Amino acid sequence: MKRLALAAAVVVLAAAPLWVGGTYYVNVASQILVYAIFALGINVLVGYAGLVTLGHAGLFGIAAYAAARVMNGGAGHVTVAVVALAVTLAAAAVFAALALRGTGLGFVMITVALGQIVWGVAYRWISLTNGDNGVSVTGRPRPLGLSLASPAAFYWATLVVFLVTVAAMAVFVASPFGVSLRGTRDQPRRMNALGYHVWMIRFLAFLFSGLWSGVAGLLYLYYNQFVSPQAVALTASAEALLMVISGGTGTLLGPIVGAALVVVIKNVASAYIERWNFVLGAIFVLIVVFMPDGLVPGTVRFWRWLTAARRPAAPAAVAPAGD
Amino acid sequence: MVLTVSRRSFLVGGAALAATWPLPAFAQGKPVKIGLLTVKTGPLAQGGIQMEQGIVRFLKDRNYTLAGRKAELVVGDTGGNPAGTKTKIQELVERDNVDLIVGPLAAFELLAITDYAAQAKMPILSLAAAEDMTQRKPNPYFVRASATSSQFMHPMADYAAKELKFKRVITISEDFAFGHEQMAGFQRVFEDAGGRVVKKLWPPLVTPDYTPYIAQLSGVDAVVQGFAGSNPLKFMKQYKDAGLKLPVLGGAPACDEALLKSFGDEAIGVISCSAYAGDLDTPSNKRLIEGMVRDHGNIPGLYAAGLYINGMVAEAALEKTGGRTDDKEALIKALRAVSLTDTPRGPFRFDHFGNVIGNFYIRRCEKKGDKLVNTTIKTYKDVSQFWTYDEKWFLAQPVYSRDYPPLRS
Repeated sequence: MKRLALAAAVVVLAAAPLWVGGTYYVNVASQILVYAIFALGINVLVGYAGLVTLGHAGLFGIAAYAAARVMNGGAGHVTVAVVALAVTLAAAAVFAALALRGTGLGFVMITVALGQIVWGVAYRWISLTNGDNGVSVTGRPRPLGLSLASPAAFYWATLVVFLVTVAAMAVFVASPFGVSLRGTRDQPRRMNALGYHVWMIRFLAFLFSGLWSGVAGLLYLYYNQFVSPQAVALTASAEALLMVISGGTGTLLGPIVGAALVVVIKNVASAYIERWNFVLGAIFVLIVVFMPDGLVPGTVRFWRWLTAARRPAAPAAVAPAGD
Repeated sequence: MVLTVSRRSFLVGGAALAATWPLPAFAQGKPVKIGLLTVKTGPLAQGGIQMEQGIVRFLKDRNYTLAGRKAELVVGDTGGNPAGTKTKIQELVERDNVDLIVGPLAAFELLAITDYAAQAKMPILSLAAAEDMTQRKPNPYFVRASATSSQFMHPMADYAAKELKFKRVITISEDFAFGHEQMAGFQRVFEDAGGRVVKKLWPPLVTPDYTPYIAQLSGVDAVVQGFAGSNPLKFMKQYKDAGLKLPVLGGAPACDEALLKSFGDEAIGVISCSAYAGDLDTPSNKRLIEGMVRDHGNIPGLYAAGLYINGMVAEAALEKTGGRTDDKEALIKALRAVSLTDTPRGPFRFDHFGNVIGNFYIRRCEKKGDKLVNTTIKTYKDVSQFWTYDEKWFLAQPVYSRDYPPLRS
């Protein structure tokens, strides 16, 4: 049943360019996928490690900037991707080594500071990053000779990366490492007493999270063909964190739903509602008030409550299949 | 029955435009769609909203009809960030099928979409001042009727050196590309005329307090400030509170007409240079000011006037193509060939990069009655983005930046 639903979801997603109606919406869908990958990466730390980060736009941006620089240096797209992800991983290692000196608020503050350093470099190291004018690139890669220039082709390529990300996340969460990571979130001292190296587990989780942020950054660059300091600003980190929190931390579906929510409101609703910031803010407030654990867990809870309430009234309507 | 009659009148109307005859009459019946990219939320919103007021004012003046076609405005709020601008231009081009785009406001927004716009062959009429858009990295579908960042600072520097006889100045401007380019342009012309920039100060774009910077302003003939948005208000207030008496020179946004109602007496005496002058005596400027005061209760500044002028450029080009917008090559050619005399900024034309060659006005801020006004004290005619320099030489130099030209020690 679950597999069937999954397959149906993949088919619906893959067919999106055929039913969303127009290239503009295909592009919005691509953006949702890019940000969903980013949010899934952040969710590794926020959801499963219990470490709230406000600096991941830095890693996202490092990947985009590194890719842009290498691409403008004339390198091929394979080199671009490899270098960008390697640089991002190295940066994530530095970030992790510094940030993991603290937990809780201390960790948040260090990630903010690190993100701001990246922003400062992007903004002020003009010879490297071209300052606030940003770096432009031309051309998207052609994997296996297929052009990604058209919106639909780019969407499908992003979808493939997205599905790989989701699969990687699913494997990660179910793996012994994922379980031990959740252990360090809930009972760090006990984990330590059991002989787990808490710091190393968190460090590796940070790298894993940074890697997917980098993948998203790379896709962002290919999508926009442009990167500028706004992409690494604190607001970008905060927005991504909001995607995770509003969708539901520590779930696979949550960050995806959150990314879709934010991207749709930012891009589509803003065409109709002048005060779209207000709408976004109001929605966050509503989520916090009524579904404090996020949209996905909140909806699941709501659904259970609903079916439980209906059960005595109309027992026949409830399917016997368990959850 | 009614339907056929209106159909026929369509055809008659279409036949009048001989040039467009091969086109089905239906296409001419479609309105010409103008996309506006502007910032309606965030710190840049004030200028962005004035942009919208300017273009709406223009379309109202023309009764939403340009070159015989109905005109329609589609507004996209970029939120003042590059990725948002990219999405919005895609929306305007791919979903709304606009015929041309006016805006965006900021250089970093424009730079994010220039490649896309060139690919889509979408004409863009922007206020954004990024130098290289019409210099070292030109976009063939770009038209700028306002100015490059340095285009108004060149005459300002000339005036400071030759008329005001200033020898030494300190520059202070926001630490972003627009500020850098303005001050660098001032420095080159000022130093070539024998003056000297002794210090360049760069407060961040969002600074609550300019006191540490203001404390460094001394030992010179004048201060040159290139602030934009609402920062000139903050800066001038603190400048006066610190008791400084040095003359203040500024760029176009530093003493913009739209800010005058918010300034106190501290702005009196500020000399600035802009592509627009509120006291310019042309019929279109009068109509613009009257309309803006009637609709919004405030006189227009550079943002509103700039968009009004962009509307006039679009109209002139459409008249030349007979209202046709389907041939983008012809449209951009017509846009760049536009040469107008009666506009709110006076006569102007475009160079082969699509950048304006027009008048620039040196204005002094004065108090008339209980109101502040900018009084034009000198007009520099037909100023090009290259000032008096040779184009080839100019383009061979690095683009103006924070560190170029360097300070002379």
